[in-house]
Amino acid sequence: MAGGLLLAIVLAPVAAIVIILLVPRPRLAERLNLAASVIVLGASLPLPWASLGGPHVFLDRIVLADPLGAWAVLCAAIVYFLGSLYAVGYMRLLDEEARLARFYALFAGFALAILLAPVMNSVALYWVAIEFTTLVSTFLVAFERAPDSIEAAWKYIIVVSGGLSLALLGTVLLYWAGSFVLGPRYEITWAVLRAASPHMNPSLLLLAFLLILVGYGTKVGLAPMHTWLPDAHSEGPAPVSALLSGALLNVAMIGIVRTLSIVEAGEPGPLPRAALIVLGAFSLFVAALFIVRQRGVKRLMAYSSVEHMGVMALGFGFGGGLGVAGALYHMLNHSLNKSLMFFGSGSMMRSFGTKDIGGIRDVGRRFPVIGAVWLAGAVAITGAPPFGLFASEFTILRAGLTGPHAWAVIVMALLLIVIFIAFLNHFRIMYFAPAGNGTAPVRGVSLWCATPMWLAFLPVLVLGLWWPSAIWHYFGIVAHGLAAPPMLALR
Amino acid sequence: MALAHLPPLAASLFSLIAIASLLLTFVMLGSRELRHYLYAFALESWTIAILSAALGYYGNFPELYLIAILTVLFRGCILPYLLLRIIRRLNVAREAQVLLQPSSSLVIGAFAVIFTLTVAGGIGAGLGLGGSVVMLALTVMLSMMLIGFLMLTVRYEAISQVLGLLVLENGIFLGGQILVPGMPLLIEIVILFDLLIVVVCFGVLVRYLMRHVGSTSALALNRLVG
Repeated sequence: MAGGLLLAIVLAPVAAIVIILLVPRPRLAERLNLAASVIVLGASLPLPWASLGGPHVFLDRIVLADPLGAWAVLCAAIVYFLGSLYAVGYMRLLDEEARLARFYALFAGFALAILLAPVMNSVALYWVAIEFTTLVSTFLVAFERAPDSIEAAWKYIIVVSGGLSLALLGTVLLYWAGSFVLGPRYEITWAVLRAASPHMNPSLLLLAFLLILVGYGTKVGLAPMHTWLPDAHSEGPAPVSALLSGALLNVAMIGIVRTLSIVEAGEPGPLPRAALIVLGAFSLFVAALFIVRQRGVKRLMAYSSVEHMGVMALGFGFGGGLGVAGALYHMLNHSLNKSLMFFGSGSMMRSFGTKDIGGIRDVGRRFPVIGAVWLAGAVAITGAPPFGLFASEFTILRAGLTGPHAWAVIVMALLLIVIFIAFLNHFRIMYFAPAGNGTAPVRGVSLWCATPMWLAFLPVLVLGLWWPSAIWHYFGIVAHGLAAPPMLALR
Repeated sequence: MALAHLPPLAASLFSLIAIASLLLTFVMLGSRELRHYLYAFALESWTIAILSAALGYYGNFPELYLIAILTVLFRGCILPYLLLRIIRRLNVAREAQVLLQPSSSLVIGAFAVIFTLTVAGGIGAGLGLGGSVVMLALTVMLSMMLIGFLMLTVRYEAISQVLGLLVLENGIFLGGQILVPGMPLLIEIVILFDLLIVVVCFGVLVRYLMRHVGSTSALALNRLVG
């Protein structure tokens, strides 16, 4: 069951890419990409349930379907579908008809790399998949060929490659630490390393974890390694920003969570968790500072991603059933909500012809329907009830209160309030400030662009009002899997 | 641990190669000519390939011969060739502006080596490996990482930044060969291929930088702030 679903998830984008490259026609390419994303979404929806009941490994133990990975795949598939739908409308506005086919091939390739990473059973192949996402998405960020986009792409690839080299170093050290227990040759999978972890040298294990945390933390966008994120997220086309923010960051977070689980199977002391929590809290702090004085509308959304990755890091850092459940729920809610926010920003950017918050005025009056959804999304993303992000952030706060890191809960609550005020103040300006001259929108918003915003918004609302008990139970299984004593017998 | 008990000849050979790589890294750190940079990198890759082959011979890891051949081919020939083509196309032969003079960077690099010596010493003492070739490999690996990051920070030219990243990768590869010679073959090959794709991507981006930004210096990349 899980194997077939994974096969569909991989083959659909691959087929789309091959056909697009063979027959590069823009209209065909957008349909193929959309069809691939529908298949991926269709196969991902049952995947979490198919992945239950023991680890499923395929293809000579290269591919792993476990509850944690399946959840990240589901989040990524949703964003891929929404992004593909939105791209149909958005990319036609760019006047890049000749290169559109190439865009969709890259877009499907990017989604494929994101979908592959969480199901890699090998720690090293996970690294390769993450590195591959960087390489593909660099060209998506640089797609518009403006000097700004090229600059963003260059910073992105240099900073992230540098960060990932630290993650590779950490992976090598982890393998080395394991080789004292398991002999010079063994399979470098998450489960094997986790089983060997209690017998590994603690200081080496700690060093490896910190390197991996900083390495994948760069990709997740945890401050102070977040410097590439606002540039790359704001300069790529809007569907790419959504995929970067809503899918890629989660997938990189999975690597940190799995490594944390490996390290904690031994006895590392409180430092690994504390490191994750400190990075999370610092991300919130940095995001709050930059949100307050932000001038670019997409950069605002990008810093909000830094904030939410910080929240997620806090959730996983607090740990326990509540922390993991909150963080995973937050992953889904943030994927949906941030897609909505980037779609709205992209449409407004195109309509008003500017990236500046200062140039966007009277959104509510000029776009009554889309404007209302976007505004509701802004309220949701700041963590206000009754939306999904309120439920997940509140769960994370509750998880932290019972643990030894209560200070982080206070910091998080204060910074969330600051971000709430600052973020909505920007929206107040865009919606209700008196309009200046020359800010009339050039273009309306097409149905292709409006539909995915609704499709993203409605689940955020539903998930805020009703947290299905099946999902709650599922998170319990994930949390148990992360904290359970290692079951695998040593060779 | 695979390499705890080595014949003395092998141990000194490995040490020699590791030290040679570290010295070549210092050559890269101390030069301002992009070509010298590149030649030092190519030579370093060849040294690492020799190391792989020697490890394969002494440690009885036959798959390392394949890795050695691929290293020579990819890191020693194709990558330097691709980078040389990029350098030829650029009209920059040397770093025009530097944040740190080569002499000061060399001093900082020396401090980095001392620092990693302490770190590696601490780890090695915990593992009961003090003074062995493994410790040396760990020191060299961490030093090359730090020096690579130093080069990334103090150099502005695009191609120097790419070479800085490649030094990072070389450091990991060198250390990885000695620390974990049994790392699965598939993974090493995938990582080698990955590096090739990285450099191709950099090549394309450098061309974009030239055409759309008009400069390949990081000093020109100052539009996106805040």
